[in-house]
Amino acid sequence: MTVSNTGVTAPAGPALPDRGTPAERPGARAATSRKSMRERDRSGYLFVAPFAVATGLFLVVPTLYGLWMSFTNQSLTGAGSEFIGFANYLEAFSDPQVWQTLWHTVWFTILSTVPLVLVALVMALLVHTGLPGQWVWRMSFFAPYLLTSAVVWHLSNWMFQPDIGLLDTWITGLGLDPLGWLTDENVAMFSIAGVTVWWTVGFNFLLYLAALQGIPAQQYEAATIDGAGGWRRLFSITLPQLRTITGVIVVLQLLASLKVFDQIYMLTAGGPNGSTRPILEYIYDTGFTNYRLGYASAISYVFFALILVFTLVRLLPARKEA
Amino acid sequence: MAVADIAEIRRTKALQERAENRTLTRLTIGPSPWARAGALAALVVLAGAWLVPVVWGAVTSFKHEAEAALPASLLPTMGWTLDAYEKVLGNSDLLLWMWNSLLVALLVTALTVLISAMAAFAFSQTVFKGRALMQWLTLAAIMMPGQILIVPLFREMQVLGLVDTVAGIVLPQVVAPVMVFILKRFFDAIPQELLDAARIDGAGSWRLFWTIVLPLSRSILVAVAIFVFIGAWNNFLWPFIITTDPQFMTLPVGLSTVKDAYGVQYAQNMASAMIAALPLLIVFMLFQRRIVQGVATTGMGGQ
Repeated sequence: MTVSNTGVTAPAGPALPDRGTPAERPGARAATSRKSMRERDRSGYLFVAPFAVATGLFLVVPTLYGLWMSFTNQSLTGAGSEFIGFANYLEAFSDPQVWQTLWHTVWFTILSTVPLVLVALVMALLVHTGLPGQWVWRMSFFAPYLLTSAVVWHLSNWMFQPDIGLLDTWITGLGLDPLGWLTDENVAMFSIAGVTVWWTVGFNFLLYLAALQGIPAQQYEAATIDGAGGWRRLFSITLPQLRTITGVIVVLQLLASLKVFDQIYMLTAGGPNGSTRPILEYIYDTGFTNYRLGYASAISYVFFALILVFTLVRLLPARKEA
Repeated sequence: MAVADIAEIRRTKALQERAENRTLTRLTIGPSPWARAGALAALVVLAGAWLVPVVWGAVTSFKHEAEAALPASLLPTMGWTLDAYEKVLGNSDLLLWMWNSLLVALLVTALTVLISAMAAFAFSQTVFKGRALMQWLTLAAIMMPGQILIVPLFREMQVLGLVDTVAGIVLPQVVAPVMVFILKRFFDAIPQELLDAARIDGAGSWRLFWTIVLPLSRSILVAVAIFVFIGAWNNFLWPFIITTDPQFMTLPVGLSTVKDAYGVQYAQNMASAMIAALPLLIVFMLFQRRIVQGVATTGMGGQ
């Protein structure tokens, strides 16, 4: 099982020590009696039914319906739902907007993922030193993650205000020219990535912190006795131990960044001049502003193909370990 | 337990923690006071940078509107005022949106935890035909990003008549296959002898689930609930698509529409942002430890 393999984080809380899979446990009697006890039990269907119904209605049906839609010229106005074969897909592949918005999404993903991993790592390493003020550090780094996107938009929009915003005030105070944070085509995506790092880095920070707490102290003790200094311990003990979790965080972050929509839609609405519009916004515009549901579905599936590649990459290493 | 005892326990715990932290410092950066000062300085700078937007927004929210539109001065020079808060609470739907968000987030959390736990129990502790197939399908469902389903899902909701309803906002959000696997892994670790003993005593699956499995899994259930709640409270895209009537908008959706309504009323914008941010921040301060733990354990998606 790929997802339920014994992994980097143990189940929360001390209530149940992880005892491995039942079959590995001592007392093999349990395994046989368990089987017989379970076979008498036919209630599984009832327990799985609510989840199965919800998944069927809100995941399977729309997935298949969307696939069918992508081969039609269906419109939000209800007009037309003829089967038009691969016409939507052919149009998507030759539509410069698709490639442009797809590139914006990828560009944002690159711009945000690198600092979202590195800054989170630095934060976690600093907090894990056990220096006084633990509560304050955790709060400062994680709190923005709890803000809803619209609050993030209000706060950052205010920071980015031309002339009277805090950033312009500081920059002109340093004797530099004010920047078009959200209005300059060459700057806007960087501003959005910056906001995103501020907003969501706390999540990766917590994942790193949990991983750091799992490194056995004996290793540090041994290294100290061998005369390794602080930097040496960082590079030869701490960082190598974080390799697995870093892989996981990178892939989770790639998947999250690819789905960017909220903050871009609010901060720039895809502007200036369409220079930050992500593919999800193009799908939204095509479907809900231009009413072309069939075409929007086709673009969705092109985008899905891209996401699927990353998802499979995520699952591969887990399968190797299992 | 007497109050004095609790205070005593707290004090011992705090002392213990301080000792642990000191050991940690010795192990990670070593004894050099310069290294410690450097790390502390880095922490102060980073935390400061992270707090600036929130502090700046908070200060602005207490300014007079006329002053907020002037080039930045950190502290108000025209005096502190609650004007912006009065106006926002009096003239906008902010409180209604917060109520909607709370209702939606609570419903999503309760339903998600319940149906995921039930499915996890079925996969972990019962045998039925098609179990393997269903587990495989659930695994595949994890790979389906909900974002790409917005178009067909909206169409489906139109057919079902659920546009602009609470059910329409909530129901599509309760499908969380990742949570099923996180819970299943935890249920798998429950000592089988315990369950068998209860079965011999005549307990049916339903009793087993409610009186043994769920109580034993409190910590992971809370972790999953916290994670789902934060996600539902902050979810923007789906509520944004399924609601057009301001009466049904959740906080993120409603708040994203106020720009035009207020024009350039910065103090009021900041005041609404502060009010909107407050509930989750307070919850976080109260349950910091649990939330940190919950996000860390569930955040990996059961990896």
